[in-house]
Amino acid sequence: MIHALTFYLFAAIAVLSALMVVTSRNPVHSVLWLILAFFNGAGLFVLMGAEFVAMLVVVVYVGAVAVLFLFVVMMLDINFLSLREGLLRYLPIGAAIAIVLTAEVVALFLDWSIAPDAMTLRAAPTPDIAQVTNTKALGDLIYTHYVFLFQVAGLILFVAMIGAIVLTLRVNPNVRRQTIGAQVSRPKSEILAVEKVRSRGGI
Amino acid sequence: MWEIGLAHYLTVAAILFATGVFGIFANKKNVVVIMMSIELMLLAVTINMVAFSTALQDLVGQIFTLFILTVAAAEAGIGLAIVVVFFRNRGSIEVEDINSLKG
Repeated sequence: MIHALTFYLFAAIAVLSALMVVTSRNPVHSVLWLILAFFNGAGLFVLMGAEFVAMLVVVVYVGAVAVLFLFVVMMLDINFLSLREGLLRYLPIGAAIAIVLTAEVVALFLDWSIAPDAMTLRAAPTPDIAQVTNTKALGDLIYTHYVFLFQVAGLILFVAMIGAIVLTLRVNPNVRRQTIGAQVSRPKSEILAVEKVRSRGGI
Repeated sequence: MWEIGLAHYLTVAAILFATGVFGIFANKKNVVVIMMSIELMLLAVTINMVAFSTALQDLVGQIFTLFILTVAAAEAGIGLAIVVVFFRNRGSIEVEDINSLKG
């Protein structure tokens, strides 16, 4: 009972805030609604017993991705009202596609069951929650069977980081920077001249 | 109704995904909101993964979720960097202005 009530609470807030993300006038409000949607998605994960993924969603999505969106939205000086033009033109077809998609997928669930031998084909059965916690069970798998995929995920993030830096880096030619190599490699002939100074003559 | 099963979670995920699709159509001009809609769709897919993972008592679904999160984070970072660079060059983020590759 309490489980069902919590589920409906989280699900309703997630769906409503998702709707607010796509319909709100101000993109800053959109980002804030997106954060609420992610929090409620994390709540659904906790209800399903996937605590580690829930915390990961909060840390990665709310802590990193949503804040990144907020930065970009606030940094760009855009007339957001002009971006709303043409909304009514695309609203009917968007709503039609969304409704058809939902109806199809939900109709799929209504007449659908898990294959009888699915339980014997599991790759990594979840251990008993009383003995092994969710986080430890995930760690036991990630660092053994999925270690290469884990490393590749790290590489993807690394490449994405380099790509974002390369894309947004602006080299300003007017800024004079210290180049230590040029300083050190100056030859003596350029910087030092020995002059014979005549007595009382000056240079 | 009071027995929450796999179908409930899948329905929520389907509605969230459809909301994301709707957002792409409703905000056809604003690239940033389109990217937020894509994040919503990825959240829906993640809910699907974890729902099946708990329904089948198989941890691989949750491990796959980690990789979805990785790709989503990388995509958001690169995408927003492209938006920032485009705004610097053209002074706008309207989708209709992004046509310089048209030839």
